Amino acid sequence: MEHKVIESIGISKSFHDPITVKVLSEISFSIQAGEFVSIVGKSGCGKSTLLYILSTMDSNYEGKLYLDGMNMENKVDRERARVRNEKIGFVFQFHYLLNEFNNLQNVMLPGLKLGKFAADKVEHDAYEKLKILGIEDAALKYPNQLSGGQKQRVAIARALINEPLIIMGDEPTGNLDKKNSDNVFNIFKELAEEYHQSLLIVTHDMDFAANTQRTITMEDGKIISHG
Amino acid sequence: MKVKLIARISMALLTARLRQTIVAASGVTFSITMFISLLSFMGGLNDLLDNLILNRTPHVRLYNEVLPTRIQPIAGSTYYSGAYHFVRHVKPKNQLLEIRNSDAIIKALKKDPNVRGVAPKNMVPIFYNIGAIYLTGVINGIDVDAENKLFTFQDYVVEGKSSDLKNIPNSIILGIGAARKMLVQIGDNIQITTSSGERFPLKVVGFYQSGIEEADKVQSYTTLSTSQKILGKPVSYVTDIQIKLFDILMAPLLAKRYNSVFGAEAIDIQTANAQFNTGSSVRTLISYAVGITLLIVAGFGIYNILNMMIYEKMDSIAILKATGFSGRDVNAIFITIALTIGLVGGALGLIFGFGLSALIGEIPFNSSSLPTVKTYPINYNPKFYLIGAVFSIITTYLAGYFPSRKASRIDPVDIIRGK
Repeated sequence: MEHKVIESIGISKSFHDPITVKVLSEISFSIQAGEFVSIVGKSGCGKSTLLYILSTMDSNYEGKLYLDGMNMENKVDRERARVRNEKIGFVFQFHYLLNEFNNLQNVMLPGLKLGKFAADKVEHDAYEKLKILGIEDAALKYPNQLSGGQKQRVAIARALINEPLIIMGDEPTGNLDKKNSDNVFNIFKELAEEYHQSLLIVTHDMDFAANTQRTITMEDGKIISHG
Repeated sequence: MKVKLIARISMALLTARLRQTIVAASGVTFSITMFISLLSFMGGLNDLLDNLILNRTPHVRLYNEVLPTRIQPIAGSTYYSGAYHFVRHVKPKNQLLEIRNSDAIIKALKKDPNVRGVAPKNMVPIFYNIGAIYLTGVINGIDVDAENKLFTFQDYVVEGKSSDLKNIPNSIILGIGAARKMLVQIGDNIQITTSSGERFPLKVVGFYQSGIEEADKVQSYTTLSTSQKILGKPVSYVTDIQIKLFDILMAPLLAKRYNSVFGAEAIDIQTANAQFNTGSSVRTLISYAVGITLLIVAGFGIYNILNMMIYEKMDSIAILKATGFSGRDVNAIFITIALTIGLVGGALGLIFGFGLSALIGEIPFNSSSLPTVKTYPINYNPKFYLIGAVFSIITTYLAGYFPSRKASRIDPVDIIRGK
């Protein structure tokens, strides 16, 4: 049976400073479980804005958003934080690892926050995730001892730690060279194919988008193709 | 679990900026140290100065004063009842300063639950005979044991023992000023003359130094029975009854009650020595003001460092929020950082404060007017430590409150998009 992990119904958003600009208008689409979807578009077309609304970090919009069938309307900060923690894994352009913690601890943090499992179980899981990404050797190193590509892989491991419903990426390969960015793409592909992980990646890399299962194209705050 | 996680993140952020953290904590340490030593020293000094007078002053004193009768005879006349009485001719009668029925009063007072102790006293105006000169003086006939218990009499006997007064008949402990004028030593005999002209020999068994020079030139001490002998009065003759209470604040109320019950004049310590209370409360106020100012300055230091830390750790805060930490968690992290600085700095401050005040307490301090004091006085009142601890926590909490609130309101989208 098909299962919608994300459903957006008529989402609109405007910026009011200095003049009112409509950045998103009437965005409606959905993503099925296990889908590997990319969103492409020129810079300024609103694709990142849309991603932050979908990720619940931005709650200032009109329209309806369902995550795993749950309405995100009128949820307070703490409830939205919980949803992000439990159901969404993030990969950004920049790795955003905490230099005060080693790589293993960085991966563990969202798991410890979730508090579903004991610390040693979370540690074991975190080590497993690093293994999937082939960087278990770097587990006890600190992020500033790693290369850019390795850091991004640790960040992906962190996104995976709570077995999220969906992984969201905002230009996850934007900062990487060709080799590393292929590497990251292959990881995503493997996650989608082998682990049936749903993925939603915002990118302006057309090669990257072309290889995903579905590509949503945006222009001027509207979806012009659902792929 | 959650508390542990937040503590762990706080500690990681703290140790990442260890040097600033130490500077912030030492600010708190310094202010608490100074706060404790200042208040302990000031408290000790206050106690010393207050005790100079208050220790030797009864909380309530019963005595008789030479007064004309309050109701002049003409007031009793019905013929002039509506008129203004300006004829006042009845002078004070030749009555003694003796408190009437003193035995019964003392017995009643000793049963009063408010009373810690009662010491009867005779004030006898006399002259010291030095060759051909007569020097005015006052001999206090005292109950040596009661006086020791209630007014630490022995502390002020600089030479000789107060108990000799009891053991040697017709003995006297001379004020040190009077003794110097008379060139006498312990064991010498002196002559005194009473106001009615009779001479009386007394043996010097000790010297008394109160620290108040004028008093030491005049005051001397003998036992109650010797003073009665000097005056030629029976053993019930007592001019003063000194009362010490458990609660000094009850004195004005009880003075009024004793006055009406016993029919003697009664004066309370607050009325007799108002200036001392005022002096010490102002000094205490100043020390608190200085101490709290120091703490507030330390609070600004913490505020600065936290603000800096938040700017520096903007990315980390954003990612924590993106991965599911709520604003409340972020707030808790920074409050924990502030309170850790406050607790560690404050605890060290309490220890150093104790050390510094103990050090001040070792500095020699000799004053001829304070025979019992050899070093600077220190008051180790646990109250100061409690106030110091509470204030260090409150100031660091307040210093952490605004930066933490700011951190909790950071919008992760702004930070992540800004890259």
